[in-house]
Amino acid sequence: MTAPALVDFDEVVERFDPMLGLEVHVELNTNTKMFCGCPTTFGAEPNTQVCPTCLGLPGSLPVVNRTAVESAIRIGLALNCEIAPWGRFARKNYFYPDMPKNFQTSQYDEPIAVNGYLDVLLDDGTTVRVEIERAHMEEDTGKSLHVGGATGRIHGAEYSLLDYNRAGVPLIEIVTKMIPGTRERAPEVARAYVTALRDLLRALGVSDVRMDQGSMRCDVNLSLSPRDSGILGTRSETKNVNSLRSVERAVRYEMTRQAGVLLAGEPVVQETRHFEEAGGSTRAGRRKETAEDYRYFPEPDLVPIAPPAEWVEELRGTLPEPPWERRRRLQAEWSLTDEELRDLVNAGALDLIEATVAAGAPAGEARSWWVAYLAQQANSRGVELAGLEITPAQVARVIALVASGSLNNKLARQVVDGVLAGEGSPDDVVAARGLAVVSDEGALVAAVDEALAAQPDVAEKIRGGKVQAAGAIVGAVMKATKGQADAKRVRELIIERVGA
Amino acid sequence: MSAELTRLTAAELAEKIHTREVSAVEVAQAHLDRVAAVDGEVHAFLHVATDAALASAAMVDEGLAAGTAPASPLAGVPLALKDVFTTLDMPTTAGSKILEGWRPPYDATVTSRLRSAGITILGKTNMDEFAMGSSTEYSAYGVTRNPWDTSRVPGGSGGGSAAALASFQAPLAIGTDTGGSIRQPAAFTGTVGVKPTYGGVSRYGLIACASSLDQGGPCARTVLDAALLHEVIGGYDPLDSTSIDERVPSVVEAARLGTSGDLSGLRVGVVRELGGEGYQAGVRASYEEALRQLEKLGAELVEVSCPHFEYGLAAYYLILPSEVSSNLARFDAMRYGLRVDKGASAEEVMAATREAGFGPEVKRRIMLGTYALSSGYYDAYYGQAQKVRTLISRDFAAAFGQADVLVSPATPTTAFPIGDKVDDPLAMYLNDLATIPTNLAGTAALSVPSGLADGLPVGLQVMAPALGEAVMYRVAAAYEAARQAEDGGPLINRVPSLPGGVA
Ligand SMILES: [Zn+2]
Repeated sequence: MTAPALVDFDEVVERFDPMLGLEVHVELNTNTKMFCGCPTTFGAEPNTQVCPTCLGLPGSLPVVNRTAVESAIRIGLALNCEIAPWGRFARKNYFYPDMPKNFQTSQYDEPIAVNGYLDVLLDDGTTVRVEIERAHMEEDTGKSLHVGGATGRIHGAEYSLLDYNRAGVPLIEIVTKMIPGTRERAPEVARAYVTALRDLLRALGVSDVRMDQGSMRCDVNLSLSPRDSGILGTRSETKNVNSLRSVERAVRYEMTRQAGVLLAGEPVVQETRHFEEAGGSTRAGRRKETAEDYRYFPEPDLVPIAPPAEWVEELRGTLPEPPWERRRRLQAEWSLTDEELRDLVNAGALDLIEATVAAGAPAGEARSWWVAYLAQQANSRGVELAGLEITPAQVARVIALVASGSLNNKLARQVVDGVLAGEGSPDDVVAARGLAVVSDEGALVAAVDEALAAQPDVAEKIRGGKVQAAGAIVGAVMKATKGQADAKRVRELIIERVGA
Repeated sequence: MSAELTRLTAAELAEKIHTREVSAVEVAQAHLDRVAAVDGEVHAFLHVATDAALASAAMVDEGLAAGTAPASPLAGVPLALKDVFTTLDMPTTAGSKILEGWRPPYDATVTSRLRSAGITILGKTNMDEFAMGSSTEYSAYGVTRNPWDTSRVPGGSGGGSAAALASFQAPLAIGTDTGGSIRQPAAFTGTVGVKPTYGGVSRYGLIACASSLDQGGPCARTVLDAALLHEVIGGYDPLDSTSIDERVPSVVEAARLGTSGDLSGLRVGVVRELGGEGYQAGVRASYEEALRQLEKLGAELVEVSCPHFEYGLAAYYLILPSEVSSNLARFDAMRYGLRVDKGASAEEVMAATREAGFGPEVKRRIMLGTYALSSGYYDAYYGQAQKVRTLISRDFAAAFGQADVLVSPATPTTAFPIGDKVDDPLAMYLNDLATIPTNLAGTAALSVPSGLADGLPVGLQVMAPALGEAVMYRVAAAYEAARQAEDGGPLINRVPSLPGGVA
């Protein structure tokens, strides 16, 4: 059976309303796992960060990680959720080799946080409010590596290797309510939501939120209703969507795929699908013969989580300024247009500029350094702006050196190059490379006189009132001083010396 | 000399060891000799740790010789540990083929507390597989025989621990009680068995049967010995989230107070719903006699009603299998234990291993529990059972408003013949009729010998509110003393001698 053809995106939007829902799993950056004392460091040798509890050995018992609960509450509060005063963990029962107990300890019908929202900024500056259904705590599974077979999947593999280092790492699952009315913007809204959530979690400092390392993972739920019908369609759940761009592409692909199915007169199958990074498409997971029944029941090895109200309020006091409020504040403080703000946000420059300003630089200078010269350097090195080997304080120092006249712009760029090359602080680079502006007035006067003497015709023109001709002399002086002169001062001296 | 040592109580042995009248090594050796002599017949032990036991005893002797105070009042006294607690230096099987040969990489909290107390662990005792059963017949490693009549069962699941006590192979033992697995074997073997308040003894390293019901506890031949052991193993453990962060009740003091024999001012609640119909005539006679003795000791008998106890058994057989079905899911051949390499996929290996590794009772309960938790049935089964559990707790609360302790027969019958009920699960389940309500409510209870019926021991159950162990031990000790005075000695002295044993 061949799948119906994809439908052109514009036609999809004309004929259907997409209903979008997003489930995001976030690994918390606690030092230890959810229910035991094992470390959570990423990338350790397989099965070196394990103990009886996270291996599910007979007789072992879980103990809840208080820091994980604290992070969960802070996330809930930052998402404007109500924090449940009492709730239990539940067991989600199913057999899978990467799950040591063959059940996952998770919150089921008593999540720690419910009924919140996140305001999401779109490219055109409008804001969409995404409602949050719940955020709950659970433990991660181990990892399977399927060896042999063509696909790297369990089906057809010769054997599988299991690594339980990740088993029991604390996860928070954040589930949105269905987001209605997004129409043609559904892919953009999905991406903007995940971006906003990532920024928020980063500001909270609760997770590394690295989609490339799996510390933030997104499932996309999507269904189509005939346009303006209000009839709820059957949804697919696309897993494995592990970059911001993929979130957008997965939504777009599912819209065009489901529309094709519906227009061919077939029903959309309720199923789990996997996102294929290469083609930007989704494929159906292995079909289960029976519906999964997880036989949830309250986890009897743990006592209920009952955060006292005073604790919750104390944690509310630790929340950072929400990213969107901060943006609005910085936009006003720095007098930015919507477009300028958006560019800064997209470039990931906001934190860097703010830190540079905090280190004493004027906002305009700080912004111009980060979005211009430093952005080019990041681009040519293939790293994020924040990945450059220069700190905001160092950038602020360079700006200060220019303001004081110790450096001109050209020298300042050379200083920055030196810092980026690992030659030390800006002052180290100035000293080592001998990059200070020549401020020895006598030396400068001598250089000017020498240049004027070498080009008497030009000197004559200047004396005759053609001040713009001084450029040639400035050039010669700069060359003679290897660029370390203050060009403005050189120009003044030229006028002075020709006696014009 | 050796034979005499095995007849002594733990308290008596401790005194002799600590005053250096005998050495801990001699005491350990005497019990190991006894094991060698009689356990072929009884089969209480699955594993005997001769070298480790002697080494541990030798350390106690060395400390005493150096003038160091004993690590605990029981330092140097031998003990038999139910094979459901993990031990670093001994295999741990929970009575199941699926764990045959498994060496845990860690000690249970109970195990490590026994070690720190200087108690000599002789070995691991037999039990029904994963503590599911009331006769030890469901052990994958053969049945344990009742020392009172070796054609009969010693009860279960902790039949090995109880039989070890009754056959003088150990003066102390550890059991676990999920629905009566300490108290029913104690009743069947004429020994003392205590199920502490839920959360009173750490479950860390106790291989789970049903997490919300399981509780480790002390087993001994006297109430005082049980109390001494209770104080060693009890108390808060940060590794068990359900452990109670409070001081262990002063049960040793209470047991000593009890032997003075005065219970005046105490109200003893006689549970109307337990001890009547369905209880063997000899058991009822023994119970009536016990009530008269309690009255003679000065206690006031009050009749109390616990109308929801009759639903206890049904609720228990929904909650327990539900938790079992989840707790036992981890035995899947992937990381430890038995592995049957049949089939090409992980699922097939799991299925083949579980098919071969679990016995019939375990499979029965896994299936019951899987069904009870299934979507569409959860509310009708697991949900209803939890409501019954609440009602039973309320019955207890009301009854403890009227009485300081409650009493009942510990079991409906005395020890039954091996093979009698093994094919009739419902008849087997009825054994725990009187003991189950305590597990459902998380309260405390014990069984203390109350004489013989047709030549077999009977147990009196004394029940107390959560953390109310002190009064329970006091009543049991007073009753034990009165009973012995009337009988002219402890009941256990009347156990017939075993072939191979001099006693
Ligand atoms: Zn661990």
